[in-house]
Amino acid sequence: MDTIDRGNDPDFVWPYEDTSRVPFQVYTDEELYRVEQKKVFQGNVWNFLCLECEIPEPGDYKTTYAGDTPIIAVRDEAGNINAMVNRCAHKGSLVCYKPRGNVKELACVYHNWVYDLRGNLTAVAFRRGVGGKGGLTDEFKNSEHGLQRLRVEVFRGLVFGTFSEKTEPVADYLGDELVSAVDRVLIKPLKVLGYYSQIFKNNWKLYVENNKDSYHASLLHVFHNTFGVVRPNMGGGIKISDSGWHHLSYTERTDISDDEIVKENVRSKQDAYSLEDPTLMEHKLELGDNVTNNIQTIFPTLVIQQILNCLAVRQLIPKGVNESELIWTILGFEDDDEEMIQHRVSTNNLVGPAGFISMEDGAVGAWVQRAAKSDREALTVMPMGGRAIEPSQGSRVTEAAVRGFWKGWRECMEI
Amino acid sequence: MALIPSQLDDEVSLRPRIDALNANYVHTIDDDRLEDWPNFFTADGEYSISTRENHEMGLPICLVQCKGTGMFRDRITALRQANIYEPHTYCHSVSALHISSASQGVIATKSNFTLVRTMSEGQMMLFAAGRYMDKIIDYNGELKFAERRVILESRRIDTLLVIPI
Repeated sequence: MDTIDRGNDPDFVWPYEDTSRVPFQVYTDEELYRVEQKKVFQGNVWNFLCLECEIPEPGDYKTTYAGDTPIIAVRDEAGNINAMVNRCAHKGSLVCYKPRGNVKELACVYHNWVYDLRGNLTAVAFRRGVGGKGGLTDEFKNSEHGLQRLRVEVFRGLVFGTFSEKTEPVADYLGDELVSAVDRVLIKPLKVLGYYSQIFKNNWKLYVENNKDSYHASLLHVFHNTFGVVRPNMGGGIKISDSGWHHLSYTERTDISDDEIVKENVRSKQDAYSLEDPTLMEHKLELGDNVTNNIQTIFPTLVIQQILNCLAVRQLIPKGVNESELIWTILGFEDDDEEMIQHRVSTNNLVGPAGFISMEDGAVGAWVQRAAKSDREALTVMPMGGRAIEPSQGSRVTEAAVRGFWKGWRECMEI
Repeated sequence: MALIPSQLDDEVSLRPRIDALNANYVHTIDDDRLEDWPNFFTADGEYSISTRENHEMGLPICLVQCKGTGMFRDRITALRQANIYEPHTYCHSVSALHISSASQGVIATKSNFTLVRTMSEGQMMLFAAGRYMDKIIDYNGELKFAERRVILESRRIDTLLVIPI
């Protein structure tokens, strides 16, 4: 058994000249998974933690994750949002073991060590012992035993946290293109309409790639084509941040004839079906344009989604090298009326683990994981759109954003 | 359409009929006779799958929502013709039928279910457990769901959910 701690420098060399090839090992290697927690999630990145509207009042908290590290996001008495590692400085127990709540202070139930809402240790049970015996010695300083804090930035109602002092402000991290993409969707105060989650039997990066891979959309998810509701070559394209780390993929409604589709020879178009009730495809234009689908990925693991009127944020949480969990938070705007809420519920049939156009994403990653594990050196091939990491207009048949993700991963991992 | 008042009051006579409806419903799904699934509902019937978390927080989002026969049929057409998934089967068990009320021709009931999913390679798991919260009406002597709300105990769905529960 290897007992040497290689620290944060895994014994791994990127096997190709650029990121148009990726070795299967990155999905299956326990050592890389461990290093990712330090160098990606605890590195110079912004981790999405929760929505500001989920913790509106002082004392409101929500437990969440950054990578696989448990985090508490809490609003303090002054109204600021703080984020701390959800791990008592004493014995390492979870401090908050409920998903959400409202508290005056954060008390670990194990030995009643108490922290304020900024994570400072304020009290230790039996500090002076009992009857003059036991307790702490004078060398113990509360100030040295607070909860580990993250830097927090709230951006357009999204709460981000970083472990690093070096991470640039969120707007700079995203770049202008992604900032305007976020601004386009999150135009008003948000309201949570519901939650659900999906377990993937695959490494977290396979789901990130899936989101950045606009090439697969019309091929794997054939609902649109089967029912003739969207054409694979509708207007649209992808944009990529200058860093390569983040991207957005969008589709715009334009008029294209059926002939174009037949040429594509999409499997599903051989039979044509129609929806008996197309209510769920109705698009109430609310964002000032004709964009029907807009998927934004923010490195490493956040997805912001607008599919017709179904708005959501998806937070991906690694659960070991072979498993990940996707938390879907479905959103509306605070000023939605009942009719709009019902419309969003209806549209939501398209997405999620049971979504007409998204359920397959739960399966494909696991298929890669199962097939990849026996050949760690073998390479995937991502030649669509060349080798560069550049935007594409008019077509989403490109893997440029996936190559951009791997650029970001390599930069974080220093690999 | 309406139940006779004496039947409404008579839980003893209703219980076996509702048990039979529930049994018939789950066998129809488990036997892959999904084209018959919409027939368990009234023409404007409603079906939804949500979670205990959403239900208890009063949040409206469902994983699945069908209102009216068209949406039920669309779900099955998509499952047969469009959606891609590894072959799998369901085995439901239904228990603890509770008849909450029966008034103005509508019987409100709830019951528990557990659902074991088996993949084609043989992996078997407890895929879901939860409650059916139903509004049932007597439609020309046949009980049908005006509403069936499936409340899953867990917010987590393993991989995907394509076959109705």
